Amino acid sequence: MQETLSPKTSDHPVEINSLVKAFGAQVVLDGISLNVKAGEVLAIIGPSGSGKSTLLRCVNHLEKPTGGTIRVCGDYIGYRRKGNVLREIGGRELARQRARTGMVFQNFNLYSHKTALENIIESPVHVRGVDVKTAKARAHALLERVGLADRADAYPAQLSGGQQQRVAIARALAGEPEVMLFDEPTSALDPELVGEVLTVMREIAESGMTMIVVTHEIQFAHDVCNRVVFMADGKIVEEGAPGDVLDNPQAERTQAFLGRFNARA
Amino acid sequence: MTQAAAANSAYIGNPVYAPRRHPVQLAIGLAVLAFLVLIGKSLFDNKNMQWDVVAQYLFDAHVLNGVLVTLGLTVLCQILATILGVVVAVMRLSDSRVMIPIAVGYLWFFRGTPLLVQLIFWYNIAALFPHLVLGVPFTEYYQVISTNTLISGFTAAVLGFSLHEAAYMAEIVRAGILSVNKGQKEAALSTGMTEAQAMWRIVLPQAMRVIIPPTGNQAINLLKATSLVAFISGGDLLSNVTDIYSVNFAIIPLLVVASIWYLVLVTVATIGQTYLERAFGRGYGNSAPGKPKKPQIDELSDARNAVSENL
Ligand SMILES: Nc1ncnc2c1ncn2[C@@H]1O[C@H](COP(=O)(O)OP(=O)(O)O)[C@@H](O)[C@H]1O
Ligand SMILES: [Mg+2]
Repeated sequence: MQETLSPKTSDHPVEINSLVKAFGAQVVLDGISLNVKAGEVLAIIGPSGSGKSTLLRCVNHLEKPTGGTIRVCGDYIGYRRKGNVLREIGGRELARQRARTGMVFQNFNLYSHKTALENIIESPVHVRGVDVKTAKARAHALLERVGLADRADAYPAQLSGGQQQRVAIARALAGEPEVMLFDEPTSALDPELVGEVLTVMREIAESGMTMIVVTHEIQFAHDVCNRVVFMADGKIVEEGAPGDVLDNPQAERTQAFLGRFNARA
Repeated sequence: MTQAAAANSAYIGNPVYAPRRHPVQLAIGLAVLAFLVLIGKSLFDNKNMQWDVVAQYLFDAHVLNGVLVTLGLTVLCQILATILGVVVAVMRLSDSRVMIPIAVGYLWFFRGTPLLVQLIFWYNIAALFPHLVLGVPFTEYYQVISTNTLISGFTAAVLGFSLHEAAYMAEIVRAGILSVNKGQKEAALSTGMTEAQAMWRIVLPQAMRVIIPPTGNQAINLLKATSLVAFISGGDLLSNVTDIYSVNFAIIPLLVVASIWYLVLVTVATIGQTYLERAFGRGYGNSAPGKPKKPQIDELSDARNAVSENL
């Protein structure tokens, strides 16, 4: 297997090479290669079950790859390289690697027993050792940024879906990640709440954050993302500028997939 | 049209809301109350109950000593069992091919043999191993200790109850951990927490909601099960009460004394459980003690405002 030898200070925070992921006999990711540039906003689209979530989960090592390599900020995430051996790691070493990516989940996954503010300061205080006062000040600034300055003391159960997702984004940002991963962040939301989340994401993209966004929001991919990847059956079928892939798709599968969207719209 | 019907059909301007009536509940309540009064009176009037003897021994030093031993044993063993139970549950839920069999074996043995047998085993362990040799490996340093000095009657009881109880606690804790959505742990890991931090800071506090009620059961069971120490060292409430009635033969009044104290302890435990449940119910609609939940009627309109603000 060949790979580019990039130094730690690569301008590609995410480098995925021939990634294979199988659950038992089922091959879910079948040789994915993908590099994401610093500051790039990448959209991943594709039908349900094509492996989009699995790909994102591999990038922060919530799933172990079956084959191929993933490097995040130069490190093989989940492993320590010694010569030709990638030795699996755990504990603090893995946690430190994971902290470089922030993840936003489809169903928010806010800590139910903690308020919005407590959700945000949890990792800064208990992982990175920021003192509580500083962490709270930053958390309030983040809540302001996602338009929830007045809901700091609300528990997740007291927030609407859109509000929960915006707190979840603030929580991920609080870790000061190099890369933000979004897994269908608006798919669980009532239609009238989708806009508020996309607005926040657009603002983060404009601030220069490197982002990988799995989404069914074709308009968002079109307007905000620099590049679109279309996946089907665990493979990348087509990729390119949003204008090309979304407006003038070449592959049949992409055409069929986008056709269903246009028919509905 | 009758006057009542006319009144009913008319628009009601300023209604007075009256609560629903519950005649069946009321009847059952009164019946139970009457039953309790009758029983209470017949017991109170019964000469054989010897209430004067009950009063005489309720605060007897030997009885109070027993209360302390029972309470101490229960609290100590429940705490040790909970800690060990969490460890075994986490081992059981790990993906380690070493830890899982150890946990399963532990559960198999300590749930599978009678508590009384385990207690007597620990009490008599000196018969099996009269001396324990404690030493530092690969050095000349070692110390021989008589097992009986290390494992007193009380220690044997603590060991027996804790190890047995821990097996049950492990299953309760495991159920609690499984009740917490997997996404909670994944979110914690994704923000850079270690597995241990995610378990301790995010998963276990939420699992407590499910863990506490059956743990209350366990603690109350344990409270009464401590009377099994009568078979070994004794010194607990029931043993001490038995000591007394084996001399004065006032069996019923002294058992009443013991029951009163058990009920007092159980009442305290139940109140404690209520407080714990409220403390760990945070964010689930149960407010923390002294912190009423704010009504959130304006939630949706808030969300709408946020949309219009942001667009
Ligand atoms: N933990 C798992 N165990 C077994 N199969 C899984 C697991 N996670 C995902 N899959 C399977 O992998 C395929 C891709 O899933 P996923 O990555 O969630 O797709 P997408 O996000 O594109 O809808 C699906 O067929 C799914 O059933
Ligand atoms: Mg998915």
